[in-house]
Amino acid sequence: MSKPIQLPSDETFVLNVGPQHPATHGVLRIKMRMDGEYVSEAETVIGYIHRMHEKMGELKTYQQFLMNLSRLDYLGALGYCHGHVLVVEKAGGIQVPERAEYIRVITVELNRIASHLFGVGSYIMDLGGFSPLMYMLQDREYILDMLEAVTGARLTYCYYRFGGLYNDIDDTFIARARAFIPRCRESLKKYHKLVTENIIFRKRLEGNAYLSQEICRKYGATSAVARGSGINYDVRKNEPYSVYPEFDFDVPVFTEGDSMARYKVKMAEIEQSLRIIEQGLDKLPGGPIMAEKAPKNIKLPVGDYYQAVEAAKGSFGIRLVSDGSKNPYRLKLRSPSYSNMSLFDEACRGLMIMDAMAFFGSLDLVVPEIDR
Amino acid sequence: MSLTLFNVLAAVIIIVAFVALNAAYLVWAERRGAGRIQRRPGPNINGPFGLFQPPLDGLKLMAKQLLIPNNTDKAVFITAPVLAMFPAIMSFVTIPFSDILVAHNINIGLLCVFAFASMGGMSLFFAGWSSRNKYAMMAAVRAVSQSVAYEIPMLITVITVVMISGSLDLREIVRQQSGNFLHWNIFPLLGNSHNLLMPFSFLIFFICSLAETNRAPFDLGEAESELVAGYHIEYGSMGFGLFFMGEYANIVVGASLATLLFLGGWACPFGLFPGVWWFLIKVYALIATVIWIRWTFPRTTIYSLLNLSWKVLIPLSLFNLLLTAGLLKVF
Repeated sequence: MSKPIQLPSDETFVLNVGPQHPATHGVLRIKMRMDGEYVSEAETVIGYIHRMHEKMGELKTYQQFLMNLSRLDYLGALGYCHGHVLVVEKAGGIQVPERAEYIRVITVELNRIASHLFGVGSYIMDLGGFSPLMYMLQDREYILDMLEAVTGARLTYCYYRFGGLYNDIDDTFIARARAFIPRCRESLKKYHKLVTENIIFRKRLEGNAYLSQEICRKYGATSAVARGSGINYDVRKNEPYSVYPEFDFDVPVFTEGDSMARYKVKMAEIEQSLRIIEQGLDKLPGGPIMAEKAPKNIKLPVGDYYQAVEAAKGSFGIRLVSDGSKNPYRLKLRSPSYSNMSLFDEACRGLMIMDAMAFFGSLDLVVPEIDR
Repeated sequence: MSLTLFNVLAAVIIIVAFVALNAAYLVWAERRGAGRIQRRPGPNINGPFGLFQPPLDGLKLMAKQLLIPNNTDKAVFITAPVLAMFPAIMSFVTIPFSDILVAHNINIGLLCVFAFASMGGMSLFFAGWSSRNKYAMMAAVRAVSQSVAYEIPMLITVITVVMISGSLDLREIVRQQSGNFLHWNIFPLLGNSHNLLMPFSFLIFFICSLAETNRAPFDLGEAESELVAGYHIEYGSMGFGLFFMGEYANIVVGASLATLLFLGGWACPFGLFPGVWWFLIKVYALIATVIWIRWTFPRTTIYSLLNLSWKVLIPLSLFNLLLTAGLLKVF
């Protein structure tokens, strides 16, 4: 746990980073009390893009709320949609055809790669390297084109339905996905050469903002933040859902706890996602993509349901309390970026502002997801 | 050389035009180069290859209102952008382009260039200090510590070259390197120096000139991920334009100096047709390297930047100075 350092003087000032600031990637505000270039205290102020998604969920029917889920994390939206359809299917006892689940997993993993590429790319841009972002965006563009062809959208997907999918994938999609895997592996090698092995990059990130396992547990951090600190937690492995148990993949864990470890986890996750997609395409079963008895108007039995999924930004949980009517009584979204952001206030004390920003970027936050 | 009014006017116009055109078109070159590196076109709409982009950008900036925020120190606030451009223009008074092509050659030309170049740090500090903005203030403090730290190894390296040449006259320094590329100061064997560490000297000089001109990876004064825009955060209109052009003008000065001191100035690498074209080729090759570096490397931190200067570059350049002095005594 990082301690507040003994400051040499009382001459501090407040630096208001955000809500409009290049490094916050959205409308997040950080009130920093600075001692020269050192951060002595920080307070993250959120709520600038609060849209009341949870309340909307309570006022809308289940189907109507489908499209809201892709407005949380607009970079890796499919993971969030997956969580929502899974919890409703679990509550309603809807059986999903195997082919639909496989396609869900393939598309979620593709979306995870896209999200990680953008997250890592913009992180490198925060550190002052602009070109890697452009290369990563090109790979991401390939994925978005692929997903656009089957889902009809590039960012705000509404692809999953209760009991299946909106649209089946075609041979073109499969061919493009197969072509993408070696292409992405090649580019990953290039990124490692250009970025991971870069001396300036390594000097900035190695040892930057050490996070202990305690602080990660205290704030409920997941995803690369927890796995970079040596916590082997991945919802896909620890609380398996969907058809993930049928896939052979590893959870990359690094024990250094610094920003470099968090970066490396994300890069390693891209490789693992590629493995999952490869296996998914090999094993892809035939059959329908929609459950035959999928109800048109969903009314869930009275109860309290919870489903966690591993979204691109971490463990995304959705809790649904049903009173038997056509909309939920209570809907709570546990968004990973919110928990990951919470530890920033404590962990950034005593860092220089450059390092604090490098740390902030390594948390890989998406502000609309924090505010919901 | 007689300083008639006509001569002075011609020199002023040519120098200002050279610096301003270079500054404007290096922005274009940088954006095209960045586009090439990043597999995108870059500016390509206005004119052939987007060549009309810089004048149009300039027009746009000039058409904007020059806002001076409340509570600023107005005189200093206005002086700062002028000071960013002024040293670069003044430096070219004594920088020779070829044996005959020089505005006013004086026998302490090198000293003159560095006297003006050291004003560059002042402009950043004025801008940051007078803006009354916390980001600008932090950037100004960084810029000053950076320019102090990097002027020392740069000057020590230059003293090494001056010792080899025995002259502060830039024309004389180049004349001693004439002939093919083995006579240049960067190559240790055939030139005046027999110091095998001269390539490192050149490297130190190049790194220092990157840091002095606030270029990536040392652009800490305008690190956008924490200081938004750094020292010129409160400047709009042509105030910003002058800072922007000043950066490129200073790159030209740095590249010219590196060419004159280490790369043989207007001497041809193969001893053929020495002239101004060789000087320009070398200068633009160095500038291309600067652009290439910017789009490849991330930014360093302020403490690793200062560590690099105080713990690596200054001891290395001092050692090189002593070694050169010893070698000159022996041979």
